Amino acid sequence: MQTHLHRLFESWMPMFKYILKRIGYMVLVMFAVTTITFFLLHAIPGDPITAMVQDLPEETRQNYLASYGFDQPVGKQYLLYLRQLLSGDLGQSLRYPGRKVADIVANYSPVSALVGGIALLIGVTLGLGCGILAALNRDRWPDRAVMILALLGTTIPTFVIASLLQYALTVTWPVFPTTGYKGARYLVLPVICMCVGPLATYARYMRSSMLDVVNADYILTAEAKGMSEGRIVLKHMLRNALLPCVTMICVSVAGIFAGSFIVESIFALPGLGRYFISAISDRDYFVVLGLNVVLTGIYVCSILLSDILLMLLDPRIRTGVSE
Amino acid sequence: MTELTAKDFVIEGASQIEEQERFASRPVTYGRDAWRRFRRNKAALTAAVLLLALLGLVVLGPVLSGYPIHERTNAMTRNLPPDAEHWFGTDTMGRDLFTRTCVGGRASIAIGLVGAVIVVVIGTLYGGLAALLGGRADNLMMRLVDILSSVPNLLVIILISVMLDSKSISTMLFAMTVTGWCPTARIVRSQMLQISQSEYVMAAKLMDISPLSIVLRHLIPNTMSVIIVDTTFRIPGFIFSEAFLSYVGLGVQPPQTSWGALAAAAQGMFQFYPWQLLFPAGAIALTMLAFTLLGDGLRDALDPKLRR
Repeated sequence: MQTHLHRLFESWMPMFKYILKRIGYMVLVMFAVTTITFFLLHAIPGDPITAMVQDLPEETRQNYLASYGFDQPVGKQYLLYLRQLLSGDLGQSLRYPGRKVADIVANYSPVSALVGGIALLIGVTLGLGCGILAALNRDRWPDRAVMILALLGTTIPTFVIASLLQYALTVTWPVFPTTGYKGARYLVLPVICMCVGPLATYARYMRSSMLDVVNADYILTAEAKGMSEGRIVLKHMLRNALLPCVTMICVSVAGIFAGSFIVESIFALPGLGRYFISAISDRDYFVVLGLNVVLTGIYVCSILLSDILLMLLDPRIRTGVSE
Repeated sequence: MTELTAKDFVIEGASQIEEQERFASRPVTYGRDAWRRFRRNKAALTAAVLLLALLGLVVLGPVLSGYPIHERTNAMTRNLPPDAEHWFGTDTMGRDLFTRTCVGGRASIAIGLVGAVIVVVIGTLYGGLAALLGGRADNLMMRLVDILSSVPNLLVIILISVMLDSKSISTMLFAMTVTGWCPTARIVRSQMLQISQSEYVMAAKLMDISPLSIVLRHLIPNTMSVIIVDTTFRIPGFIFSEAFLSYVGLGVQPPQTSWGALAAAAQGMFQFYPWQLLFPAGAIALTMLAFTLLGDGLRDALDPKLRR
């Protein structure tokens, strides 16, 4: 019993080490990205107070600058900001005093995540399905049709799809409301716009991933064993072809919280994508920095998640790690 | 057993060297082989012709339509639908939209081409250097790439254009390429590493051929196909980014124009004058489609192993 536990421990140890290493690396990336953004923002000419109010008396302006610490040398501001971040405070808006970054994330990202999440779910499911269909019917008409549609999906800009949908379904045939966010019906068009991209990408990716697997030796073995085609597809092809998609799906999931600026502004949705761009043009330093920290955090977490998932799903990676 | 002599190998009816050469098949070089494969790909060939046509239109379009580029033609000709006079209609300022679309295409295509060339050159040098140095230097260089690609792309572009306080095309190119070379560096590095582990490089090493000539004769030529294909796929990406930036208002500024800027200007009035958006947007989609098909064709032609 004890030896069994010991062996289990031995076999999992390298993986823990690997995960720890990945977490350390993740922290490093977060730190680097925060630093880069901080100094980029501070290299912007002009100060945020002047950007907001032009004709402020010089004395008042200096007072404002001092109250936010902008009169300090950049290095010191940077250290202060890091300390504030480490204490768990993401900062608050300059333009709208009292509006905390954490609150902005809590208020704006659910809309983005809802629209993006539904769109991603539909896009990934349909995309993977189309990719599998295309690969199993290679060079026949379903393959051609899927590939043409996927090509169109990746080449037509989102704002064109959004405008066309809006024109067709709100002006010509008023089926859906034009803009705003007052219920499920308002989300239909944005969701359709946002699932086109993932659908096309995943269809192309899954198709080539399936075609990679088709010629593998284990498929030949399975055929030689006399396994039925359905079982080969289900048990061998799909399992292996889906592995490369795991990383992509994790990154896409991280992306939904950031929202889409274009879709959110065309359909006037109160999402994070729109807020982020407006914060940049407002030079709302702390909001931009804070949102950036949050979004990068979600991104690196998703990469870590995909590493762990792949390790659990793919024994080849697991043994590769222990070696 | 009879002795075989040179006489036994004479081609009948071709005694002269020149005549004999007519029967010999032309040697198949890599380039010729790739060109043969490319020619057979109808989609890629169509895309190439389409691109040439688009380029011609973009350069010669204003001459063809005969309308001025920036000044409005006439206050009475605002927001006209397409007709024989104005092929694409006119915009809110009364300018001929066909002329504007052609001129806008110059900026869009130029940004696409120049941007792609910049990122591919930087990425190739960086990735190639990392692969050649190997070991710790390689590790360090690739970690830097990982970090740079974790910074949200859009944020960098917007911050740099705000920071430099300039919205010229060169600023935009700089902002888009500053982290844009990272994917290319990764691709080039992994391709080079893959080739350096191949049997023929091993053979060259065993033959005591100098590292420099291995790089020049094996590594670089065999990476070229990957680099060319990557360039073709990067061009539509830059055209798309430019369109997005102009759409956000950080792109090309008036009186200069681009497809993205034209589409952005038309967005607000789309429900009344849809053609103002559809023509520039169609141009973007068509160009991106053509470059993608061309890239697919080039990949299949230059590197048949990658064929899907």
